[in-house]
Amino acid sequence: MTRLINPRLALPVLSLVVLIVAVFWLQPRAMSYVGINLLFNLAVPIALATIAQMIIIMVNDIDLSMGAFVSLAACITAAILPVNPALGVLLLAGCVLAYAALGALIEIRQLPAIVVTLGMSFVWGGAAVLILPSPGGTAPGWLVWLMKSKPPLFPMAIVASVLIATVAHLLIMRSSFGVRLRALGGNARAVSRSGRSTVALRASAYGLAGIFAVLSGMALVGLTTSGDANIALRYTLLSIAGVILGGGEFTGGRISPVGAVIGALTLTLAGSFLSFLRLSPDWQIGAQGAILILVLAARLLVRQAEKRA
Amino acid sequence: MGTQMTNRTGANAPAPAIVRLDGAGKAFGPVKALDHVDLLISPGECLGLVGHNGAGKSTLVNLITGLFAPSQGRVDYPGAEGPLAAGIRAISQEGTLCPNLTVLENLSVVQRDLTGPGWRARAAGRIGRALDAVFPGHRIRPEALVHDMTLAEQQMVEIAIGFSEGATPARLVVLDEPTSSLDASIAAQLLAHVRRFCAEGGAVVFISHMMGEIFDVATRIVVMRDGRNIADRPADAFTRQSLVDAMGHVAADDHSDSSAATAPRNLGDRAKAILRTPEGIEARKGEIVGLAGLAGHGQAEALARFYLSQSSDWRGAADPRAAFVAGDRRRDGVMPVWSIRRNLSLAMLDRLTRSGLIDQHRETEIGESWRKRIGIRTPDMGNPILSLSGGNQQKALFARALATTAPVIVMDDPMRGVDIGTKTEVYEMIRQEAAQGRTFLWYSTEMDEIRNCDRVFVFRDGAISAELEGDQITEENVLAASFEFGETAA
Repeated sequence: MTRLINPRLALPVLSLVVLIVAVFWLQPRAMSYVGINLLFNLAVPIALATIAQMIIIMVNDIDLSMGAFVSLAACITAAILPVNPALGVLLLAGCVLAYAALGALIEIRQLPAIVVTLGMSFVWGGAAVLILPSPGGTAPGWLVWLMKSKPPLFPMAIVASVLIATVAHLLIMRSSFGVRLRALGGNARAVSRSGRSTVALRASAYGLAGIFAVLSGMALVGLTTSGDANIALRYTLLSIAGVILGGGEFTGGRISPVGAVIGALTLTLAGSFLSFLRLSPDWQIGAQGAILILVLAARLLVRQAEKRA
Repeated sequence: MGTQMTNRTGANAPAPAIVRLDGAGKAFGPVKALDHVDLLISPGECLGLVGHNGAGKSTLVNLITGLFAPSQGRVDYPGAEGPLAAGIRAISQEGTLCPNLTVLENLSVVQRDLTGPGWRARAAGRIGRALDAVFPGHRIRPEALVHDMTLAEQQMVEIAIGFSEGATPARLVVLDEPTSSLDASIAAQLLAHVRRFCAEGGAVVFISHMMGEIFDVATRIVVMRDGRNIADRPADAFTRQSLVDAMGHVAADDHSDSSAATAPRNLGDRAKAILRTPEGIEARKGEIVGLAGLAGHGQAEALARFYLSQSSDWRGAADPRAAFVAGDRRRDGVMPVWSIRRNLSLAMLDRLTRSGLIDQHRETEIGESWRKRIGIRTPDMGNPILSLSGGNQQKALFARALATTAPVIVMDDPMRGVDIGTKTEVYEMIRQEAAQGRTFLWYSTEMDEIRNCDRVFVFRDGAISAELEGDQITEENVLAASFEFGETAA
């Protein structure tokens, strides 16, 4: 029960609440079913990509190919899945397996993940251009229906975010499989001394991240109804920022799936907030960075206060 | 009661051993860490394992737990396929907990059957019962995050995981310095549990620098020295004195060596110390001060604190107050892609700089002169540092420190893995430099090096346990101060 009032989640929740209040104050009309859906719509694919990045960070690696990989998944979903569903599913499954193989390679050869994923980002990007040379394609009907459906009481964006956070929490924080993956980030030597294969574990972590990343690409196409080889390039840095914003740390396997989803929501909302401020788009990226620095600085201060206490 | 009796006698007769080492040895390259050890550990035994640094204790433990395969001889687990199936568990000094997991999650990392529905409840039950059994009155919740716990609590959890029930019950538990962060009453609970565990037919290998604890729990003591099993006797056949004698080398060469190494030098009044650290280390001008004791008892930390207090975080200095010679070359020493010359001149760059640029002509000169003085074996100082052997890399690092004008040289066990020839050359160099008024702070885990010192501070548990000078610097005195002897041993 102590998990529910995790102090590490306090700051992410607080930043999200502050931003929501600020947005509603600037634009009271956003305080409606449609308004909230519009605000958080694009957060769903970002949340999925953030969970994928979180799983990689959880095993002490970092993934610089997330954006390119999500773009590739989006291109496959838009260009191949509607035309040839079997081939599309096969390709998406192949992408996940390729991710798992990368994890195994990184562990076996003890390669720095940052280098491997940076190199792979060009491979994913090239494959995406091959599949969809110019923006276009169509989203499968069922996907559009799913992403644009209007459940009662709460808009789809909120329902999907809660669902993603719950599934990721159960999988990563509660299941014994998730515990083993987190143990790899916490103390890899302890894991190998207990007679477990670190190669299999890292490969499963990467494979699991690949699944979430593929889902992210599909969700994105469901929202935009078409694909583009560069559609999600921002996701690499957004997903890293989301994990950190959500209380995760770069090393030691200390992450929070619920926090990561909240971090993704906060980042999406920050963009809307700046639009409502009528800030020129030229300044928006800088301002988004400033918000990020603000939250991280607050976290540092909280940590230091904790240490002194 | 009757069945218990038959069990007892049944186990007593030809008691099948849990682990059997048959002429087992382990070499790392040319270094023999363990040489032809025969050892048998049977149920009901508590084996005390003692020895100084590098005596081969941890290598022996790693062979028993199956972490290393022996490079010579055999390690058998009669009646079981491997160390895990034989019920061998180890609590190592380095810590085997994942700090980002809770107590019960840490148990599931080690115990592979903790999966499927309800695994959390089962894990919580197992670890809770183990903690209650070993440390009655503990206040550790199975749901607590290890990261948030004190060092002592973490150690208690680690020990409890070692003794907890599981799919294969624990039969042999290796405890390596298990009480290093426990207070006396908690340590007493552990010792009581070890005795109970052994009385019920389990076996324990107990490693500690607290001789009192060894005498308290061990039924048999094995003394290791230079990778060999030197003595293997029932615990009551040892006294404090005979243990120290067994751990050290023969007393006779001890003495002749020490007089050969350093004749007492006139260093002046002890009040004229040029440096004093918060731990109590003192040194006079031109003095070679040794820091001895078991590895990891605060010597390296004391040196690092002193060195960092003498240097600035923000700017280099043309005249540093202290220079540092690293022991862990790869971590603290060499710049792997630089040339030997660049590596050598690193600490004195501020003296070589002219209007912001490095005077390459002088750099080459200095490199050449040190190559001759300290005997770095290379045709060209422009070669990459990694083209040198380990010993010659270490010489370059010595030259880096000695080439500065620093009056104090701090050395963090610099001779690790260096051949004997290089060692002798460097000892000579240190003596010459000291004669010219340089002060050396020298942490070493090797007795041969400690004998080169004018004064020695022995560390135990992060504090100085003895200060030895001149004739007092003997292996026996250093050993006696490194280990803690309880009343039972006296």
